[in-house]
Amino acid sequence: MRRTFLVLAGVFVASLALAQGDPRRSSYQDMGPALQKMQDDDSANPGMLFVQAGEEAWNAKAGSADKACADCHAAGSMKGVAARYPAFAKESGKPVDLEGRINLCRTEHQKAEALAAESKELLQLTAYVARQSKGEPIAPPDDERLDPLRAQGETLWKQRQGQLNLSCASCHDANAGKKLAGATIPQAHPTGYPIYRLEWQTLGSLKRRLRNCMIGMRVEPYAYDAPEYLALEAFLMKRAQGLIDDAPAVRP
Amino acid sequence: MANALIHAPKTAKRGEVIEIKALILHPMETGFRPGTNGRIIPRNIIERFSADWNGEEVFALKMSPAIAANPFVSFFVVADRSGTVKFRWSGDNDFLVEEQVAIAVE
Repeated sequence: MRRTFLVLAGVFVASLALAQGDPRRSSYQDMGPALQKMQDDDSANPGMLFVQAGEEAWNAKAGSADKACADCHAAGSMKGVAARYPAFAKESGKPVDLEGRINLCRTEHQKAEALAAESKELLQLTAYVARQSKGEPIAPPDDERLDPLRAQGETLWKQRQGQLNLSCASCHDANAGKKLAGATIPQAHPTGYPIYRLEWQTLGSLKRRLRNCMIGMRVEPYAYDAPEYLALEAFLMKRAQGLIDDAPAVRP
Repeated sequence: MANALIHAPKTAKRGEVIEIKALILHPMETGFRPGTNGRIIPRNIIERFSADWNGEEVFALKMSPAIAANPFVSFFVVADRSGTVKFRWSGDNDFLVEEQVAIAVE
């Protein structure tokens, strides 16, 4: 009897602690233990295949400047970088996401052609850079020039659109944690991009994930180079501030 | 194209049961799916995976179209000799990847 009471008291204290804590959940916490294990084990996480190839690309010379990424950036210097983007780029004076940053480096410093959105080469390099931020908290830059972008992203997030008249917030804010068919609706914190999504059977960027949602909402997806993605990404990263980066994540 | 990840212990005690894990990049196209043009995408799978320890086959696996892309294989062997383990994936369209790791057994 006394023991039951103690257990019950323990459960109560634990739930109280949860209620007082951060209500935000990374999608990692919404996955089953099998998928979590697959993600945590570097020998079973298929995203590591892309990280391995990305490391090769990082050390390979490219473009007419004949420079490799590794010629400018020291090994390990990318720690925490993926957790900071989108950010303002010195070269263009415009905000860029991590993929955009890699392409800026290619065109400005390596004098090479920009890599196509969602191409294997770009995903590999992004995965290699993002892997170095695994375990770091999401830390969007304290840069007021990004505020209008974040505000635009929030407007898009809350805007109802498409044939089903849904907004992103209708699912991921109002109904997160509940079920959509058999799947748990996540809070949509972009902590682990690029992700290895089992449904895709390959690695994909946050853009691809956003396009997936838009198709589900019966909205015509923005073009791959549309500024709306950047705005949404800037807003989402601010919303996920402090959550732990787990790239390259595995998601169902 | 060849892009494989192998995890095996570098050293093991004689008689110890060790786990070897192998992951490879491959689309494992089933041959049953229509593409965007409505035509069937031709089958492209890995048909066989094998591991040879100093030339002796210690593990082999026949793969089928039902196996997902980027197949991950994990198996256990008794470490009874030092040497090299050679891995071989072979399949459609003359797909052939060979990798090897050295394991020292004391």
